[in-house]
Amino acid sequence: MAAALALRILPFGRYTGRPGAVVERSIRVHSRTWTLMVSGFAEPVVYLLAFQVGFGSLVGQVIGPGGQQLTYVAFVAPALLAASAMNGAIFETTYPVFFKLRYAKVYDAMLATPLGPVDIALGEISWAVIRGGVYSVAFVVVMAAMGLVGSPLAVLLLPAALLVSFAFASVGMALSTFLRSPSQFDYIRLVVMPLFLFSATFYPVSVYPESVRWLVQVSPLYHGVELMRGLAVGVLDVGMIGNVAVLAALAAVGLAATSRRIGALLLG
Amino acid sequence: MANGGDDGDPRLMVSGKALVKRFGGVAAVDGIDVEVRSGEAFGFLGPNGAGKSSTMRMVACVSPRSDGELRVLGMDPDKDGPRIRARIGVVPQLDNLDAELTVRQNLQVYGRYFGLSRAHVRAKAVELMAFAELSDRADDPVDPLSGGMKRRLTIARSMVNDPELMLLDEPTTGLDPQARHLLWGRLYQLKQQGVTLIITTHDMHEAEQLCDRLVVMDGGRIVAEGSPASLIARYSTREVLELRFAPGEQDGQVSRVADLAERSEALPDRLLLYTADGEATLEAAHARGLRPVSTLIRRSTLEDVFLRLTGRSLVD
Repeated sequence: MAAALALRILPFGRYTGRPGAVVERSIRVHSRTWTLMVSGFAEPVVYLLAFQVGFGSLVGQVIGPGGQQLTYVAFVAPALLAASAMNGAIFETTYPVFFKLRYAKVYDAMLATPLGPVDIALGEISWAVIRGGVYSVAFVVVMAAMGLVGSPLAVLLLPAALLVSFAFASVGMALSTFLRSPSQFDYIRLVVMPLFLFSATFYPVSVYPESVRWLVQVSPLYHGVELMRGLAVGVLDVGMIGNVAVLAALAAVGLAATSRRIGALLLG
Repeated sequence: MANGGDDGDPRLMVSGKALVKRFGGVAAVDGIDVEVRSGEAFGFLGPNGAGKSSTMRMVACVSPRSDGELRVLGMDPDKDGPRIRARIGVVPQLDNLDAELTVRQNLQVYGRYFGLSRAHVRAKAVELMAFAELSDRADDPVDPLSGGMKRRLTIARSMVNDPELMLLDEPTTGLDPQARHLLWGRLYQLKQQGVTLIITTHDMHEAEQLCDRLVVMDGGRIVAEGSPASLIARYSTREVLELRFAPGEQDGQVSRVADLAERSEALPDRLLLYTADGEATLEAAHARGLRPVSTLIRRSTLEDVFLRLTGRSLVD
């Protein structure tokens, strides 16, 4: 929906309707490196176990959405799902994209075919979402197995995770097109780290004084966390529409910006 | 009409009129007229920075023109870029093979960008690897391949969509003679099959070998146009007499023999006399008491034309 809107804003002739061919390339590239994909899943699960075993016994009960009493690990798990969707998306669309764009000239080769910048942007972002989706399925299964989901609504965690992936993959890829040297990736890390820590990931937003809460609410990850946490415990809130809207808008803006940048850089 | 275009002569694969490409305020291509007919091998010659690659990028529909008219396969690149690109094959100046894929996958994945079916690209890859003599490297990564192999693979890749028109930007630059000859053979084979070739090069020998017709570009403009033979006839003499002197001894020699030739040129190490009959000119020079260390009489080549038209000074 957001993507369809973005496509309408983009210049004519820059979309051939073949992002699938770009995804197919990624699938082939990664078909021999499935072991690497295991690590992407293992990291959040290790976190989850650490919270279960360690923090859980120290922190006790936390107040979750709708005033529910939750164990700390049940409170943190949906946030970790959102954060891992973000991290996975950013990882996949920053350095690999930068390398393909600036050094390997993979996109130049694609643009010599009928493919346009929008096919490339959508294809690369989709691959990041697919890869993140695989991790998310595994993560939700682990959450369920550990008894951390309290509602059938939790099946919606998956589309929510895909939306978070899409939003961050789009923005991550757009930012990558502005970077000129690999050392500048530190800037992205500099942004991602506080997002991970301060987006109401590890404690509720009510912990912050009223005056700085807006700052947390600016964080895109916060909207992912809120969405996931509500779905995990089965509490629907009107605010979730806003959360979805923010993430969808980011996805659309990132996709449009990425397409334009690829066009500007490579079709001069 | 086989060509599917909307206007103009259907046998014209490319037609440009007053074509301009500007980068910032600088015109890399400064108003050229060019027509490439179906089935011919057409060359763009010129020193670095002459505007050859900019022209190629406009024809390949990856760089919008700044001004003028351009039709490729009868269509306008500004409107029909994807449709044109679906029917052409592009060999860029620098190989941009996919280093994360094998030889075979490079061909298959590239074919998929054109929307060809999986079954089709699987069979096509086998055929193209045979054409490029890479069948025994089919499942190797591309990085360890030699320069010539990579170039062959790039050319094979550009043929995955059975293009009617191929754009080759300096196809043999940097290759050893064996690899060059093998490539020329392959390009000749394509031409025999009726594929239209557009080649940029600054290798005059390559241009003479491959091109039916060519233009010489300099400073964004076309300075000469014709077949290699007609260009030589028009801009050079039948033969060239080269007189080599010991260092420092050739100063002032030019004036003694300049009138013996249609045109003469003094290089740091030798004198060039452009003449219809090299033997006779050499005798005349000897008669005037010139004692060069060595002499050479040769036929004029495209290189003589090129240097005459674009000058000997270094352009970068």
